[in-house]
Amino acid sequence: MLVPKDLKYTTSHEWVKLEGDVVRVGITDYAQQELGEVVFVELPDLETYLEQSSGLGIVESVKSVSEIYAPLSGQIIEVNNELANNPQLVNQDPYGQGWLVALKVDLKGDRHELDSLIDSEEYQSRSDGATA
Amino acid sequence: MDYSGNTPLQQKKMLAEIGLRSLDELFQSIPEGVKLKSSLNLPKQLSEIELVRELKDLADKNKSTSDYSLFLGGGYYDHFVPSALKYLIGRPEFYTAYTPYQAEASQGILQAIYEYQTFITLLTGMEVSNASLYDGATALAEAAFMAVRINKRNTILAAQTLHPEYLAVLKTYLAGLDLTLRVIPHNEGKVDLKELKNYLNKDVSAVILPQPNFFGIFEEGEKTASLARKNGSLCIASVDPISLGIISPPGKWGADIVVGEGQALGSGLNFGGPGLGFIACRMEFMRKIPGRLAGKTRDERGKTGYVLTLQTREQHIRREKATSNICSNHALSALAAAIYLSLLGKNGLRKTAELCLGKAHYLSEKIAEIPGYELKFQKPFFKEFVISSPHPVSKINRKLLENKIIGGLDLERFYPVFKNCMLLAVTEKRTKEEIDKLVKVLKSL
Amino acid sequence: MSKLIFEKGACGRNGISLPEMDVPFQGVGGLIPKNLLRKELPLPELSEPEVVRHYTNLSKLNFSVDGNFYPLGSCTMKYNPKINEELAALPGFTQLHPYQGEESVQGALELMYNLEKNLSEIVGMERMTLQPAAGAHGELTGILMLRAFFKDKGESRKKIIIPDASHGTNPASAVLGGFEIVEVATDNSGGIDIEALKKVMNEEAACLMLTNPSTLGLFEENILEVSSIVHKAGGLLYGDGANLNALLGKARFGDMGFDLVHLNLHKTFAAPHGGGGPGGGPLGVKKQLIPYLPVPLVDRQGGRFFLNYDLPGSIGRMRSFYGNFLVMLKAYVYILSLGEEGLRKAAENAVLNANYLRAKLKDYYELPYKKICLHEVIFSGSRQKAKGVRTLDIAKRLIDFGMHPPTIYFPLNVPEALMIEPTETETKETLDYFIEIMKRIAGEAEENPQLLHQAPHNAPVGRLDEAKAAREIDVAWQASG
Repeated sequence: MLVPKDLKYTTSHEWVKLEGDVVRVGITDYAQQELGEVVFVELPDLETYLEQSSGLGIVESVKSVSEIYAPLSGQIIEVNNELANNPQLVNQDPYGQGWLVALKVDLKGDRHELDSLIDSEEYQSRSDGATA
Repeated sequence: MDYSGNTPLQQKKMLAEIGLRSLDELFQSIPEGVKLKSSLNLPKQLSEIELVRELKDLADKNKSTSDYSLFLGGGYYDHFVPSALKYLIGRPEFYTAYTPYQAEASQGILQAIYEYQTFITLLTGMEVSNASLYDGATALAEAAFMAVRINKRNTILAAQTLHPEYLAVLKTYLAGLDLTLRVIPHNEGKVDLKELKNYLNKDVSAVILPQPNFFGIFEEGEKTASLARKNGSLCIASVDPISLGIISPPGKWGADIVVGEGQALGSGLNFGGPGLGFIACRMEFMRKIPGRLAGKTRDERGKTGYVLTLQTREQHIRREKATSNICSNHALSALAAAIYLSLLGKNGLRKTAELCLGKAHYLSEKIAEIPGYELKFQKPFFKEFVISSPHPVSKINRKLLENKIIGGLDLERFYPVFKNCMLLAVTEKRTKEEIDKLVKVLKSL
Repeated sequence: MSKLIFEKGACGRNGISLPEMDVPFQGVGGLIPKNLLRKELPLPELSEPEVVRHYTNLSKLNFSVDGNFYPLGSCTMKYNPKINEELAALPGFTQLHPYQGEESVQGALELMYNLEKNLSEIVGMERMTLQPAAGAHGELTGILMLRAFFKDKGESRKKIIIPDASHGTNPASAVLGGFEIVEVATDNSGGIDIEALKKVMNEEAACLMLTNPSTLGLFEENILEVSSIVHKAGGLLYGDGANLNALLGKARFGDMGFDLVHLNLHKTFAAPHGGGGPGGGPLGVKKQLIPYLPVPLVDRQGGRFFLNYDLPGSIGRMRSFYGNFLVMLKAYVYILSLGEEGLRKAAENAVLNANYLRAKLKDYYELPYKKICLHEVIFSGSRQKAKGVRTLDIAKRLIDFGMHPPTIYFPLNVPEALMIEPTETETKETLDYFIEIMKRIAGEAEENPQLLHQAPHNAPVGRLDEAKAAREIDVAWQASG
C-alpha cells in the first residue's frame, strides 16, 4: 500500500496535496484497492462551493459505491475530466493521473480545518489496523 | 403431494448428522409463545386428479375469449400469441431460472434480455431500455420518479386522456414523495395544448402524454414535447407498442422517456396480469433508469458474453439511494416480447397494426351508420374508439353477451359525464363476421 | 456466444401467418395524418424455425431449477410443479379480459377470494391485497399504507428502522414512501440488537421492518420483546416474508405481533421465477390497517364475488387491474396440492436440508453463527480468503460441477458471505453431492487457488469482465456496431 509522505489524508481515505491556496484531492491507494476496479466517477461542476466533509462526488466499482467528501471547504476550480473516459486511472495511478478535483481554499479563514487532516504515518497505521 | 424427496429413514440419518433426534428440535429457536399449536383452517389436500377437476370447475365459471368475441380494450388487448412463442417461453430452462446474477450460468436469459432491450429501443426510437418493469402503470410512475431525479423539480403534469388507472397509480406513488400531480384537461378527447401552456411553470418536471390516448385518439406528440422542452421539462410518452408498427416512434417526435404496457407483445390477457412494463430513455439519462440492465462484455478469453450491468443504481447495492426499489421484474414477459417481435418482424408488426387500424375503422363506420349511434370524438384514432349510444352500455353489453360477444368498456365508470358511452377495441383477431354480428345486435336493440 | 437475433434472418422472411384484411381498407395514409406515420421499422425478418432454434439454443445456456441444484439463499428456488403450469394455461383463465363484467369472471374472482383467505390464514393476518407484482412492490404498498395510517392519526413519524442485514429492497421501498432510514445492528447471536432498537424506537419512528427468519437464516428469538418495544413506542411492525418457507405451519407472523407482512408467491408458493419474474408480492394486514388497502379487493355477497372499490381510506391503486393473476393461480394450486400437512412438511424438510449442509460443511467453511439455522445457512469464505481465494471464486467453481452458486456477499454484515438455501425439494443424494463438491473446492482453495481464480472452466463462457461492461456500456445492439 502506497502512502506518499508529502500528502495529507482524511480518515475517509481521501488524500490532499497542498499547492498554495489550491488543494488537489484524490482517493488513496488503500481506498482504490478496497473498492476494486473503478468503473465510474461522478464529480461536481466547476465553481461549486463545498463545505468541509460535504459530498464531493462518487466513485463506483462494479458492486460498490463510495462517497467522496470534501477534505476542506473550498470552490471547485478543476475537475479531472479524463476520468469520464478512463475511470481506471483511479486504480492505476491514484496519487497521479487518478486525481479527482482541485479546490481553491481559504487557508486563513479556514485554518482550523487543516487540523482535521492527518499525516502519512497516522494514515498508514489506521489503514493497517483496518486491514488486519 | 409435497414434492420433497427425503424418506423417513434419510431424515433420521440427517438428523443424526446434525445431532438432533426429531424434526421438532430443528425449530427450537422459535419461542413457545409463538409456536403454532392449533391446526390451520386450510382446504384439504388434493390429488392431481382432484386438482384438475377443481380448477377446471373454476375455469368453467368464466366466460373466456375462446368462446366469446372480445371487443374490450382499455389498456389490455386481445392480440394474437403465436404457438411458437408459447412453446419457447414454456421451456423450463427459461421459466425455472432465477435472476441472472451469476452470468456464466445464465447466458441464455441474459442474451435474451439484451435482445429484448434492443427490440424496445428499435420500437420506441430510444437509446436505452431496461430489462422490464411490472406493468404499464408502474412503469409510468417509475418514469415520473426518474424525471424528478433528473431535473429535481417537483410537479408532474399528466394528460387527462391517460388511462384512468395509470393516473390513479401515479397519484398513489407520487404521494409517497410529496410530489404534485396536476392533470391537464382534454378537449373533445385530446389534450388541450392551450391548457397545457397554462400549466407549465418552472416546477414542472415532466409532461406525460399517452400516444394514442385512452380513447384511442392520437395526441400532438411533437408539439407537446416541444412545449415541455422549452419549459425545461421532460416529456414522457406512454405508448401502445403495436401502434408503433405504423406510428412515428416517440424518439422521433421528441419524447425523453418512453413507457408502456407490453402485454400486447405475446403475454396474452391473463385477467390483467402478468403483463409487461417497459421503459426506455435517451442515453444521457441511462444512469437514472430504474431496474436491471443487461450489458455486453467479454470473458477472459475474449469471447462475447452478457452480464447485468450498472448494478450500483439498484437496491441490492445502493439500498436507500437506489433509483428504484424494484428487484423481481417481468423477465419472462420480456422474453415473450422479444420472441413475439422476432416472429412478427418488420412485416408482421406492420401488418398487425394495419389490421387493427382497418378493422377498428370498419366497425366505427358501421356503428355510426346505425340511427342514434355516433362516434363520440371525430378525430384520427388507432384501434380503439368511443361511441355514444341511445342505450345504457350495461344494457348493450348484456344483449351482446347473450350473443357470445363481450362488448366494450362502459366509460361512465371512469368519466361520469360520458353517459351511454362505450370504448370499443378491435384487434387483428376479430373477423368481419364477428364485427358484422356485433353491429347486427346493436341494430336489433 | 451465439449470434444475436438481429444478425440473423433475411429480407422478406416471415415468422408468422396473419389473415388478410377482410374489411374495406383505404390504407394507412387515409386514416392517419402523414406527420404521425412511421418511416422506418428496423426489425429483423426471420422464419419461425429460425426463431425457435435461436431461443431454444439460448435456453440451453441457462442453469434452471429443472436442470440444476439451485441453492440461492433468500430466493427459495424450490421445484415448480408442472401441474401448476398446466392449469395456469387453461383458456378459462388465460383468455379473460380484466374489464369483463363480474358475472363473466366469477371463477377467477372466487380463486382470488380463496387464495386471499388461505394466505391470510397461513400468516395470521386479517386481510390481504393480491395486487403487488413482487416483494418490493408489496413493501412499497405497506409503506404507503402505514404512512396514511399515521397521517390519519395525526402523527408525524418520519423514520423507519431497518436492520443492517435486511434486503436492499427494504430501505429502497421505505425511501419511496418519504421516510428516512435508521439502521440498527445485528447482535452477536444474529438477532436484532435490542438495546440499539430501544434507543431508536421512539415517537419519530413509524415502523420496524423486520425479516423473520432473518437473512442469516435465524429466527428472531426475541420477537415478542421486539414487538412490544415497537408497539409501546406507538410504531408498527412490518414483516418481510421472503423467508416464510421456514415457518409454514410452524409459526405465523400475526401471532408474533407483526401488523403487516408481504409474501413472495414466487418463492414460498412455488411459482416459477421466469429468469427474474413475474412474481407476486401479496401484502397481509391486521384489522387496523384494512381501511388503507389498495383498491379493489375481492369480496363476496351471498354466492357472488365482486371487486370492491368502496374503500374510502384506501391508498389507491398500486398497479393496473388486480395483480399477476396467473402467479396467484399457481400459488393457489400449490396450496391445494400440499394442504396443511404438506406445507408443514415442506418447512420441515427445508430446515432439515439447510441444517444438514450446515453440519456437514462447518469444518470446511467458517460458520459465523454456530447454532441451528432455519431454511438457509450462512457461511463465510473468510478462511479461503486468507489463502487468496474469494467467495466469488468459490461460486464460479460450483458452476463447473453443474450447480448454481449460492447467494454471495449477502447479507452485508457477514464478510465473504455464502448464503445457501437448499429448499425442501432437494433430496439427500443431491445434498451429498453438493457437500462433496464444496469439500473439494475447499481443498482446491488450499492447493490450487489459481484453478478457482479462473473458474468457471466449462461453462458456455469463462469469467466475464463486469468492469468492462460498466465502463464501455453496451446495452442495446446497433445496426452499425
